Amino acid sequence: MNRVLILGATSPIARALALRFASDGAQLYLAARNADEARRVAEDVSARAGVTALSGTFDASDFASHDEFVRHAAAALGGLDGVVVCFGTLGDEDSAQTDPGEALATIHQNFTGAVSLITLAARHLEQQRSGFIIVIGSVAGERGRKKNYVYGSAKGALATFAQGLRGRLAASGVHVMTVKLGTVDTRMTWGREGALLTIAPAKAADLIYAAYRKRAEVVYVPWFWRLIMGAIRMIPESRFKRVSF
Amino acid sequence: MTTNTISVPNPRRALLAGWGRYPLSESDVYRPDRIAELQAVVTANSTSLIARGAGRAYGDAALNDQNRVVDLTRLNRMLSFDPATGLLRCEAAVTIAELIDVFLPRGFFPPVTPGTRFVTLGGSVAADVHGKNHHRDSSLASHVTWFDLMIASGEVIRCSREENSALFWATVGGMGLTGVILELELRMRHVESAYLDGELIRAGNVDAAIEAFERIDAQYGYSVAWIDCNSTKSALGRSILNVGNFATLDQLPPNLAQNPLSTMPKLSPRVPFNFPAVNSLTVRAFNAVNYAIHREKAAHTIFDWDSFFYPLDSIRNWPRIYGKRGFVQYQCVWPPAESRAGLVEVLEAITRSRRGSFLAVLKKFGAQDGLLSFPMPGYTLAIDFPVTDGMLEFLDTLDVMVLKRGGRVYLAKDARMSPETFRAMYPNLGNWQAAKSSADPENRFSSSLSRRLRMTE
Ligand SMILES: Cc1cc2nc3c(=O)[nH]c(=O)nc-3n(C[C@H](O)[C@H](O)[C@H](O)COP(=O)(O)OP(=O)(O)OC[C@H]3O[C@@H](n4cnc5c(N)ncnc54)[C@H](O)[C@@H]3O)c2cc1C
Ligand SMILES: NC(=O)c1ccc[n+]([C@@H]2O[C@H](COP(=O)([O-])OP(=O)(O)OC[C@H]3O[C@@H](n4cnc5c(N)ncnc54)[C@H](OP(=O)(O)O)[C@@H]3O)[C@@H](O)[C@H]2O)c1
Repeated sequence: MNRVLILGATSPIARALALRFASDGAQLYLAARNADEARRVAEDVSARAGVTALSGTFDASDFASHDEFVRHAAAALGGLDGVVVCFGTLGDEDSAQTDPGEALATIHQNFTGAVSLITLAARHLEQQRSGFIIVIGSVAGERGRKKNYVYGSAKGALATFAQGLRGRLAASGVHVMTVKLGTVDTRMTWGREGALLTIAPAKAADLIYAAYRKRAEVVYVPWFWRLIMGAIRMIPESRFKRVSF
Repeated sequence: MTTNTISVPNPRRALLAGWGRYPLSESDVYRPDRIAELQAVVTANSTSLIARGAGRAYGDAALNDQNRVVDLTRLNRMLSFDPATGLLRCEAAVTIAELIDVFLPRGFFPPVTPGTRFVTLGGSVAADVHGKNHHRDSSLASHVTWFDLMIASGEVIRCSREENSALFWATVGGMGLTGVILELELRMRHVESAYLDGELIRAGNVDAAIEAFERIDAQYGYSVAWIDCNSTKSALGRSILNVGNFATLDQLPPNLAQNPLSTMPKLSPRVPFNFPAVNSLTVRAFNAVNYAIHREKAAHTIFDWDSFFYPLDSIRNWPRIYGKRGFVQYQCVWPPAESRAGLVEVLEAITRSRRGSFLAVLKKFGAQDGLLSFPMPGYTLAIDFPVTDGMLEFLDTLDVMVLKRGGRVYLAKDARMSPETFRAMYPNLGNWQAAKSSADPENRFSSSLSRRLRMTE
């Protein structure tokens, strides 16, 4: 039995991923901030996959509550075999440039909150010497852009954190996968320009799930973002700082 | 700690159309993922707003030119299913296709389905859609026990035949104008297999077609006729009826009975749609071929659910073959006593006009209760008309014929009817307006369709 905690379950990507896990017989605990919305997602996965998924609430920025929350979720599942970290927000990119409160909120929702929750879950998995952690990051973390560098730096830091953790947990057989996600058609991108190359959340979930099944370590979703980001990283800093995207 | 304040999500400025790609309109489109976001959109300001499901209405029902549209497709969560009763509770944007994917392998099928499975349940209640079993099982909404409606104040109201029944009957067929259907309970139909046991029956003209419908009535729950609308004189209305019932296990050949609920195999004879470019010459050639293939009356045949219910869904993007200007589907119904004469009159006019449309569908209706529901006992005809010069004027002449015989035209297909025609065809408009204004006194929910037809005046 695969007992999986999904954080940020109201994301359509997470919802589709939950359905893939449930269809393969996993037992799920689906968490987001709003109890009713998390419950609706759990009921949906339950009805479609013919299982019973659990749900609950957490807040990534409420660090003090994390220990209790992870214990509670693991107890409800009767153990923990995997965690999917899918929460995150773009935040208000404009005010994050001048308002430290806004900038830190974005960092907490994407990075420090994840560090806290992953560390707690990793303790659990390391002890039992098995399991997995899937960290949904972003290609925005590959290079700081003037438009969204606060969000980008959080995702970049998250990737570095996951990379180190992967090394440390390798000895205990815990699989850590970093997903570098390109643009997906969710509320994060709705109504914004440059929706080129955008994929549907279900497609993203299929690719992520396939990579998880292959025990990939770092995966670009879809694959072509590896090439795009490779090219973007090559642009010299003196030129890149003038690029407007 | 962050507070989870829900603000109005960003809109996307988009050019929208219905299935007929006529007319086009530009709107600010919101797509909430959470109920609180929908509420924020509904209550944000008092400018006009209309719900949109899968956008399968043909005309301007789910359009709101230069105003707000709320795309509900992300509010499509299934909430509970009880296999003992077949009762499903789900959000309104769940589609018929999803119901089949999830529940047909478990022995349940939607109780009613339109000719495409890519519609949402919310859109199906709002248009009070019918299927091939209307004469027997009524519309989809007849199998909905209740729904929750978000009205203009942002309040959510439970509506059923017992509770808030005036609002229930104004919303069933009310084209999204009373509010947004959030969630509903639907009774799914138990089936033993994913196949239908039925027949393809040839009918030489209008009389033979009607006679065939009446004859098979007691035997088959599902029936539809594909009419060759270019045949004339004594062959006017010659057609092929496709009729059937869900097959029981003992009706299936052994190879299918092994896995009776498999949703995969596609083995049926289908009405052969090739969809050549639509001009009157190719249409007539097509119809001749089509009819020739079905010349002999077939004996009992096993059809798979897909080819029986959705012959059109296998052709993706078929509206584009009608060309850039788009098309209008004209669907009308006549009361029983006028059906034969009405059908002859309209088919003759269409044949004469050579506005060539090969997609003519004939069905039999039973009664319907929504205040603006389209179905009434009698026969209904649906035909596509590519947008060409003079087409709109031609359809106005059809309106006169239909109205004269006490018939009406379907709002979910319409893009061009006049307010006067609409008023004459929908005699319960006054009662509908009363329910509409008590739920939506400021008329916040309005659409390109409701303004064109002056539905609230
Ligand atoms: C190939 C094809 C075959 C068809 N065959 C049939 C048929 O056999 N029988 C039949 O009856 N119809 C048929 N239709 C028409 C179709 O079933 C209806 O137009 C239906 O309303 C489409 O549902 P939708 O989800 O696409 O809604 P949309 O087209 O998005 O919207 C239709 C109407 O419903 C309203 N609406 C949508 N969602 C909601 C909601 N949640 N709350 C309140 N209002 C809402 C909209 O405001 C609009 O007025 C067919 C259409 C096609 C394209
Ligand atoms: N969409 C893209 O193009 C794209 C690209 C690259 C990476 N990503 C990443 O993919 C992930 C999913 O995003 P999405 O696009 O699906 O957007 P989304 O629908 O907005 O999902 C965001 C998720 O994060 C949760 N969340 C936000 N703040 C939280 C907090 N403080 N505490 C707990 N949960 C919180 C949300 O839960 P609530 O219901 O509680 O709000 C929701 O489940 C994010 O990590 C995002 O950075 C997305």
